[in-house]
Amino acid sequence: MEVFSFLVSGIFTALEPINLGLILVGVTVGLFIGAMPGLGSVNGVAILLPITFLVPPASAIIFLAAIYYGAMYGGAISSVTLGIPGASTAVATTFDGRPLALQGRASLALVTAALASFVGGTVATIFFTLFAPLLATVALNFGPPEIFALMLLAFATFVGLGGDDIPKTIFSICFGLVLATVGFDTISGEPRLVLFDIQGFLRGIGFIVLAIGVYGIGEMLWTIEQTRGEITTTNPKMTAKGLASDAKEAVRRGWKGTWIGSILGFFVGVLPAAGATPGSLMSYGVAKMVSRTPQEYGRGSPDGVAAPEAANNSASTGSMLPMLTLGIPGSPTTAILLGGMVIWGLTPGPRLFLDESEFVWGLIGSFYISNLAAVLINLAFIPLFVWMLRMPFTILAPLIFVLSIVGGFAATRSMHDLWLIVIFGLGAFFMRKFDYPLAPAVLAIVLGPIAEPTLRQSLLLSSGDPMIFFTRPIAGPITVIAIILILLPAFKLLRRRRSVASG
Amino acid sequence: MRQGEISLAGLLALFSLYLMWKSTELPIGFIRGQGPGGGFWPFWLSVGMLLSCGAIAWNWWRGKSPASVSDEPLMDAFGWRTVLHVGGGVVGFVALISIVSMYGAVAVFLVYYMRFLGRHSWLLTLTIALLLPIGLFFFFEGAMQISMPQGLPFTQPFFDVMYDIIY
Repeated sequence: MEVFSFLVSGIFTALEPINLGLILVGVTVGLFIGAMPGLGSVNGVAILLPITFLVPPASAIIFLAAIYYGAMYGGAISSVTLGIPGASTAVATTFDGRPLALQGRASLALVTAALASFVGGTVATIFFTLFAPLLATVALNFGPPEIFALMLLAFATFVGLGGDDIPKTIFSICFGLVLATVGFDTISGEPRLVLFDIQGFLRGIGFIVLAIGVYGIGEMLWTIEQTRGEITTTNPKMTAKGLASDAKEAVRRGWKGTWIGSILGFFVGVLPAAGATPGSLMSYGVAKMVSRTPQEYGRGSPDGVAAPEAANNSASTGSMLPMLTLGIPGSPTTAILLGGMVIWGLTPGPRLFLDESEFVWGLIGSFYISNLAAVLINLAFIPLFVWMLRMPFTILAPLIFVLSIVGGFAATRSMHDLWLIVIFGLGAFFMRKFDYPLAPAVLAIVLGPIAEPTLRQSLLLSSGDPMIFFTRPIAGPITVIAIILILLPAFKLLRRRRSVASG
Repeated sequence: MRQGEISLAGLLALFSLYLMWKSTELPIGFIRGQGPGGGFWPFWLSVGMLLSCGAIAWNWWRGKSPASVSDEPLMDAFGWRTVLHVGGGVVGFVALISIVSMYGAVAVFLVYYMRFLGRHSWLLTLTIALLLPIGLFFFFEGAMQISMPQGLPFTQPFFDVMYDIIY
């Protein structure tokens, strides 16, 4: 009952005029950003983070969460109409969304995506409401060793579950963590890693600098180089009557994928560092695995659109759970949200539910409202989004570069940081060419300032004995799981070699 | 691609070595009563980076990564030209900020990109290149009270006029 009364009060907070207005604006902006090729929720949240300093923290997080929701809905639009995913979370949507569009059924694909996203978001919000306080209570027992073990688990998830090249993933994590140490040593107060003795590095390197560099500049260069600036569109035919009949067909042919995506997406999203991309890919895989007609997948199955779309929305809500209750983000976007909360003076973690309950429940309430707003706005604006995507890329791209540079300066007020954004952007482009995953670096630069002090405090507590991470009741199992996840790729390799050897 | 992958790994390994050396400016061992020194964490992370570069080189030598077995060039002439024009444009954009102000640089960049790379009409180009910086000015300087770089003194008359409108 207590949860219910908190939830009702949270929904009322979300319905306050300023918050409701921010939800509507955030969802709409997020839809546009998510629908743009090369841009996803992470770009939207990173670019618009500076704007949030104008409003109270509760309204700020509601705005950013609404952008996050909107972008998750919008990601499907360019996947379906252009055949290129608006963001990595919408990659799996391309598999069946694009074939449907090529068959002249783009509206079915878009409506399926919107409805599946709505169900995914709603199911995840209900799970969130039920589990968040429970997890927060458990998390209250966390000390430095437990928190460091969780950080280790966050990085291990990237290594163990990620399909990317393992050494490159580890390099990316270490690189992000080292960047986070530039500036001053927070314990001794001495200058540290002032690279090439350039005084600008004394300010440290903010996560927003790396995030805008990687996603605002690097990803855009990548998209331009890959598509050669020539993006072909499919013009879906849409009428009101057609939308209604597509909605019926979407429910009939996409319900199974929707439920699989909604449930699986949430639990994958909750895993630190996993987030919506693996959630949507896994849901697509499972939906295909349990389907009676797996041969339809890849040829235009509505279930193949529904599963990843439900999952990416569900995972985006799920990934906020560890961010709020434990202070560890489940995705690059929540990593940026976490950074924002720190700037607003809030400390994400177990005590947040006790110290800032109005903030937390206002946010949870906003999930319900944002989700409803997102599906309505999405359905109403689908024809407009399609028109926008037909805007020449030679207009869209410079606008995105301008937003990145101007937004980057607004956030840092430093030309040194602006040059760093450009350097990171160009560096990210070339690293991406050689398959270096860069999301782990963004995650690491956010988690670094939490990981280092907790490691050093833990080792101080144990007089330098690393066994402290194995002997404590909560830290021990988490550390062991993290190590297993880190070693998982090696086990898989060994098993594969044995099966090859045995013929 | 094959040559590029090992060259990049080599460069990153050198950078890791530099970071290891730079980390040793602070103690990297355990200090009794204080815990690990200030250089401990970045030093061992840089070691991790170096070892990862070693593993990347090992995979390259065994031909285990897609780039290591690819004979294709990193980019063809069109790709290099595109990256040079677009990336160079962004570098020029940031370089111009200290000279013609943020808003001036936005306008010049939009003209460069839309007119010379995008081949759009002068009318469309100038409409966007003039309206967007003015919109950004009112948004940042007026609504958000964030001052953007104003460049060299010759831009001051423009700012005087614009501030008169806001205040």
